[in-house]
Amino acid sequence: MNPIIKAENLTFSYPGDEESKPVRALSGVSFEIPEGSFTAVLGHNGSGKSTLAKLLCMVNLPDSGRLWVAGREITSPDATEADILAARRDVGMVFQNPDNQIVATIVEEDVAFGCENLGLPPAEIRKRVDEALAAVGMTEYARKQAYNLSGGQKQRVAIAGTIAMNRRCIIFDESTAMLDPMGRREVMEIIRRLNREQGVTVLLITHHMNEAAMADRILVMNQGKIILDGTPSKVFGSPDAMWKAGLDVPQTTELAYKLRRAGIDVPLDLFDPDDCAKAVAAAVQRKMAKSGRGGKS
Amino acid sequence: MNAIELKNVTFTYSKHIPGAVPALNDVSIEVESGGITGLIGHTGSGKSTLVQMLNGLLKPDSGTVLLDGIDIWAEPKKIREVRFKAGLVMQYPEYQLFAETVAEDIAFGPKNMGLDGDELDKRVREAARFSGLTEDLLEKSPFDLSGGQKRRVALAGVIAMNPKILILDEPAAGLDPAGRRDILGGIKRFSRESGTTVLIVSHSMEDMAMYCDDVIVMANAKILMHRPTAEVFSRAEELTAVGLDVPLITRTAAALRQYGVDIGLDVYTVDYAAEKILEQL
Repeated sequence: MNPIIKAENLTFSYPGDEESKPVRALSGVSFEIPEGSFTAVLGHNGSGKSTLAKLLCMVNLPDSGRLWVAGREITSPDATEADILAARRDVGMVFQNPDNQIVATIVEEDVAFGCENLGLPPAEIRKRVDEALAAVGMTEYARKQAYNLSGGQKQRVAIAGTIAMNRRCIIFDESTAMLDPMGRREVMEIIRRLNREQGVTVLLITHHMNEAAMADRILVMNQGKIILDGTPSKVFGSPDAMWKAGLDVPQTTELAYKLRRAGIDVPLDLFDPDDCAKAVAAAVQRKMAKSGRGGKS
Repeated sequence: MNAIELKNVTFTYSKHIPGAVPALNDVSIEVESGGITGLIGHTGSGKSTLVQMLNGLLKPDSGTVLLDGIDIWAEPKKIREVRFKAGLVMQYPEYQLFAETVAEDIAFGPKNMGLDGDELDKRVREAARFSGLTEDLLEKSPFDLSGGQKRRVALAGVIAMNPKILILDEPAAGLDPAGRRDILGGIKRFSRESGTTVLIVSHSMEDMAMYCDDVIVMANAKILMHRPTAEVFSRAEELTAVGLDVPLITRTAAALRQYGVDIGLDVYTVDYAAEKILEQL
């Protein structure tokens, strides 16, 4: 599959002023994101996650290194403003605070905002808005006041706004951090569906290990660098490395880790409570049967 | 004595609008002093309204709010004292920092209470210590600190006022796992050492399970339950029905029982689950 994003040795520093030195936020980050994939990005606060997201959305341009978005090299000296604009249309972003990204008073007007800025014909906007609202399950709220919605519903409206612009890649920057458990479930469900059914490439920045476990691949950042890159099984399979990076692992992995140290053999990479319980029960029963036999002989 | 007591409190926003629904509907709770109580509920369940009742930012339409057995609205003119008694750390409090140095920012509250000199200095240092801020940070600008450190400065600013009751709205939201442990661990230490009653509002069931002695569950402007933490999270079905959840480890314990390994349903931390499983052998 073609990469929708390709980064080679990206560096970025926030400029300093008279009193402070520039702060290096990214130092040499390289990776490829295949189109249609679902990647989670983990890292402690200040590890460079959001800086990376801002480069991928082209809010900031890297100090050095090369970046391709949807086949265009936007860091090329020949890249024109039109190239960058076109690339920006392919990558959308959904932020953390639902109240910071609703611009209109009526739900469907908010969803239409981006399309209107693209200068699309009204009939096309109507079609896209209806489809986007259906995709996030908010059709019945189309004409409702946006401020009355719950946090999860507002995030779904924000997602609809970015889907309506036909984004090929959406970056979610801690988009579930401020939601209640139900809101979090709703938004994660939509994200998974967008990825599976519509082939939208998803980059999910999160502090929730359970959410990261749903991705195909996890990038772990620390001090402006990618320190781990692999499937959830691989990344969470080394809990010590995660703890050392100030991160965590899903509770099912932590349980398996503790049981393994006590000599019960259970896999570290079962993230669903039911799968984990099945494996633990089997291992416990195996061990009991073994010691039972030992007693008889 | 109960540190916090609400008796039949009802409150409606915009009462003049026909069909306005109460945000608190005949709510009664009793919170014993000295512990850490969690407050959970779906968005719009009434948590924030309840919190604002406790330090007199909102006044009940009917019912009574008592702190340490005293009706806070008995003498409305003295409501300022109530606000010193019940310290409120709002969501994302780091956006409220403003002073030139960390020490000055922490000192702002106690200064307004009339403290100065050595006593003020002592309060600032103590509050910084509880919040996990090292001495060398005190003379820095709060704006040069990391997000997690800023959050701790804001917390220290409220702790320095020596409140009898400390109320925190989502104290760990947006922090990474290590940051969450630092701030919640600091709050727990503070509560245990000073005997301050703490009320934490959060959407993180895992954090609540780790740090709270008991949990109040709100749904649709009412109290659904107020029980010890283990019991609350053993009632998974009732919690999911009102848009909440239980920690992943609690779900795992429930599934384990179905596969023939019964470690009970009141499991809410990984350590406890591991211990119970090993006991089976």
